[in-house]
Amino acid sequence: MSDLAKIPFILFTMILTENYVLVQFLGICPFLGVSQNLSSSLGMSGAVIFVMTLASAATWAIYTYLMVPFGLEYLSTIIFILVIAALVQLVEIAMKKFLPPLYKALGIYLPLITTNCAVLAVTLLNIDEGYGFLPAVADGFGAGVGFALALVLFCGVRKALDRARPPKAFEGLPITLVAAAFTSMAFMGFSGMAESLFG
Amino acid sequence: MKRKLDILKNGLFKENPVLILVLGCCSVLAVSVTVLGGLGMGIALTFVLVCSNVVISLLRKVIPDKVRIPCYIVIIAAFVTLVEMIVKAFLPALYESLGVFLSLIVVNCIVLGRAEMFASKNTVGDSFFDGLGMGLGYTMVITGISIVRELLGSGTLFGLRIIPEGFQIGIITQPPGGFFTFGCAMAILVAAMAKKGKKFVPPVGCGGDCAGCGAACQEKEAVK
Repeated sequence: MSDLAKIPFILFTMILTENYVLVQFLGICPFLGVSQNLSSSLGMSGAVIFVMTLASAATWAIYTYLMVPFGLEYLSTIIFILVIAALVQLVEIAMKKFLPPLYKALGIYLPLITTNCAVLAVTLLNIDEGYGFLPAVADGFGAGVGFALALVLFCGVRKALDRARPPKAFEGLPITLVAAAFTSMAFMGFSGMAESLFG
Repeated sequence: MKRKLDILKNGLFKENPVLILVLGCCSVLAVSVTVLGGLGMGIALTFVLVCSNVVISLLRKVIPDKVRIPCYIVIIAAFVTLVEMIVKAFLPALYESLGVFLSLIVVNCIVLGRAEMFASKNTVGDSFFDGLGMGLGYTMVITGISIVRELLGSGTLFGLRIIPEGFQIGIITQPPGGFFTFGCAMAILVAAMAKKGKKFVPPVGCGGDCAGCGAACQEKEAVK
């Protein structure tokens, strides 16, 4: 399959069948932390999509053109986390200067993203999969959109949970986790679909 | 010596990083499918946590305050790379089953949180025991959850069959089972604490701001 033909398959798997939050357990902290109201979920999702796409592109280029020629592949964890940290800072500064409205919407979520495990994971997995440049960027974008989908959907689930009256011991986080289990079960329904659609 | 023991116990029970502070739950949910995987992850994290706590505590007077978080991340990442190489070389099967989560110890909230909250303010000896206590606390919980998940989900323990074939509940090993088991474990803890007359409300995530989260939690406790 050529790089371009791979993209729909990657997007589909990343958003639905291999959803980062609900199927692969990446980025659970922000998923539980900010899904209480819709506006913060949207802000966080926007920031994650943005940073994941950029980070995928940046780390792919650094890995392919700097680390491989110098034989530094074993340092990928340490280099990628630094690249992500620097990138987040740069994006924050650039956004503040050139896109103030966007900065207003996403700004407070950006610093939280450096230590978001989903962002580091997408960059490391791109290398593991041996993707080319375009699939890697699509992978980052798709993973971000999948994160956003899970977050927004779960925000709705939590709204309904607020009115529910679970057993006393389950109040708060435990029932939220059980609700997440059912949301994740819904995503299991997509498994195998990507292969039959694009295979 | 008593102080050291108290610090150790604090990590194991009173401030258990997973069940009480609810940090680093990604790896707990993902890796707890088999007991060996859970145990391996716990040991790897304990090693990184002890080493990074000691080094950060040694350097706490040298690291400038403004760039402390990047410094911590570099120190932690160095130890994670070390662990990755050791596991890849000597335990390839474990390396396969942990996958990307071994590398993700770098951004595990527990490690960064302890660096910021404890190692940067305390002596080397205390930081060592804090790392050990927190690491063992994590190992205890992840092993416990993986025992339940492997036993119910695959009917085995350490790969040995306990429940006859056909009676296992497959979904427990799937992602929904992870969320469900963790939720139940937490509810059991809340119920047990309530019986003892202590009220415990699990904090609901931190939005991913690991370093700031610990500080925020402390402030909240101080207000109470």
